[in-house]
This record gives sequence, structure tokens and C-alpha cells, in this order.
Amino acid sequence: MAVQDILTIPDERLKQVSQPVESFDEQLHWQLQDLEDTRQAGPAAVGIAAPQIGWFQRAVIVDVSGRKKTPSHGYLELINPEILEWDDFKLGREGCLSVPDFTGNVIRAKNIKLRAFDRHGSMLEFDMTGFEARAIQHEIDHLDGILFPDRVVSRRSDLFQRKVYQASTKK
Amino acid sequence: MLTLVGQDHTGIVAAVTRVLSDHDCMLSEASMMRLGGNFSMMMMVGAEASAETLNTLLNSIAHSMGLCVHVDEAAGKPHQHIQPNVEVRVMGADRAGIVSSVTSALADCEVNIVDLESDVIGKQDEPVYIMNILGVSTAPIETLQKRLEEADLKAVDVSVSAVETLIA
Repeated sequence: MAVQDILTIPDERLKQVSQPVESFDEQLHWQLQDLEDTRQAGPAAVGIAAPQIGWFQRAVIVDVSGRKKTPSHGYLELINPEILEWDDFKLGREGCLSVPDFTGNVIRAKNIKLRAFDRHGSMLEFDMTGFEARAIQHEIDHLDGILFPDRVVSRRSDLFQRKVYQASTKK
Repeated sequence: MLTLVGQDHTGIVAAVTRVLSDHDCMLSEASMMRLGGNFSMMMMVGAEASAETLNTLLNSIAHSMGLCVHVDEAAGKPHQHIQPNVEVRVMGADRAGIVSSVTSALADCEVNIVDLESDVIGKQDEPVYIMNILGVSTAPIETLQKRLEEADLKAVDVSVSAVETLIA
């Protein structure tokens, strides 16, 4: 077990673009273990991305299975994840281990088709929705050096849009 | 806590914050917006100077700009956020008493309102009131829904939903 320090704003390293993983070796497995140990050690986070612990490769962990009534694929280690398709969008509140004491509303795709690799280099594909899809998009942003405050939308402008979302989702 | 209100025009924020900055004040949480043609500010200010000193300094510029500004000693500091877990959306033909009815129902359920935004929209001769409340509730959503239904809000649409914050 090796819990790492979590990089927090305004650390410039959080803005860098992470590189693809090329070797699916034992070192990768150790790094994934550190990543998960760090996620588990902190406040109840449903995901963590490698750059948050200063590992600038494209690896994330997501697990939303602890939430009630939430569609989930369980505990996922995702290497070189890539979103192949998006569909619909939804506003939701997010926070981040790397941005302490701040939450805000972010628009994310509601449904995604995801391609990634597991720790052994086997290709995985998932259709994801809702909270899990949101978590993945939040984590992939980390790999591209984007933090959620970059995407926060004003709630005031949202005041007028809510009803439109509601009407369209009721049909 | 600094509060300011006055006829909206350019340069209000710059002029006020210049005075504060010249006296080494630290600005933290603030809410500033245009409300019905007025500009309003509420801002937490950290200062060595007394509230009385800041009032004197700010009033010297406020009068010339047509602003009413006031500084009070207030407890509080940054990093005191609490996370809302419910959102209440309200929209309906404008009339007196909507806010009172909705918030009384919420108060009965011991909801702590942490943010409330509202506006009057629609056509001038058919105004529509719209309100968005974020709150912290220990009661389940269903309890709030039931209590709001009992409030008999007539032609006003009220919906309650959970605010789920993703931490990742």
C-alpha cells in the first residue's frame, strides 16, 4: 500500500497532457495499486486519474458501484480511455480531490461509448450512462490537463434552461 | 461584510475594490449582480482596518457615484461551504406570496436554504416568477414533495430533486 500525495490547484502540473501507457507491465500494476490506495485513503471519491498523483500517463480508476440506484460496471481500471460516441447532455454538480472546497455545475454527455484497455492490455468497450459516464468524462479531462472549474457553468443562466431539460426528458 | 446597492453603471466594482486594495483588504466570497437596474454587492472582506474606517473611506466615493454602501463587523471566514443536497425549482404566473409559501414549507421540513436565485420573466403583461433554491435537507425528498403539495401553490409548478455531487 502506497498512498500518494494528491496534487491540488494551483499546481501547474495538473494542466499538462498525459501520455499514453505503452507497457502493460508489472510497474503499471504497482502504479494502479498506488492510484487505488490513494483514492481509498481520501474522501469518498468515485474516481481518480493518474496525473492527480503526479503520474502523467493515461490511466484512471472509476467505481460508482457504492451508490444506490446507479447504473455501474463496478470497479474499473481504464488505460488509454477514449470516448467513441456521445449522446444527450445533462447538468450535474461536481467536486474534485485536486480542487478542495469547491463544487460547481458542469454539463457532460449523458451517455457515452467508451473504449479503453485493462491492466493486461486487453481492449474493453462499455456503454455508460449517468453518474458513471460523468465520472469517466471528469477523469479523462484530467488526462488532458482540464479541471472541472474550467467547465463550470453559471447557475443563474441555468435558471431558465431547467424547464427545457425537464420538458424534453419527460417525453 | 460589505453591502452595496445603487444605480448600475460602469466602474462600481473597480472603484470600490480599489479603495479596499489600497488599504490591504483581502476579498473573499462575494455575490454581485444587477437586480432590477440596480447593482448590488455582498462581499466578505478581511481587513486590519475597523469597519468604521472602511465605512468612512467607502462613503467618500459612494456618494459621488450614487451608491449606498455599508460595512459591518461580521463573524465568518473562507472555507465554510456546506454542500446542498436538494434543489427546488419553482415557476408560475407571478403573484404575491409564492416565495413565502414555498419557503415556509421548506422551513417546516427544516431545510437550510444555502442559495436562492429568482427572477421575473415572461411578457410584461403576463409576468412569470421563476426561482431556484439550493438547500440542505435531512428529510427525504418525498417528505419535501408532500409538504409542498400540501402548500397548495395553485398554478405554480414546483419540483424537488436531489443534488448529487460527484467527487472524483
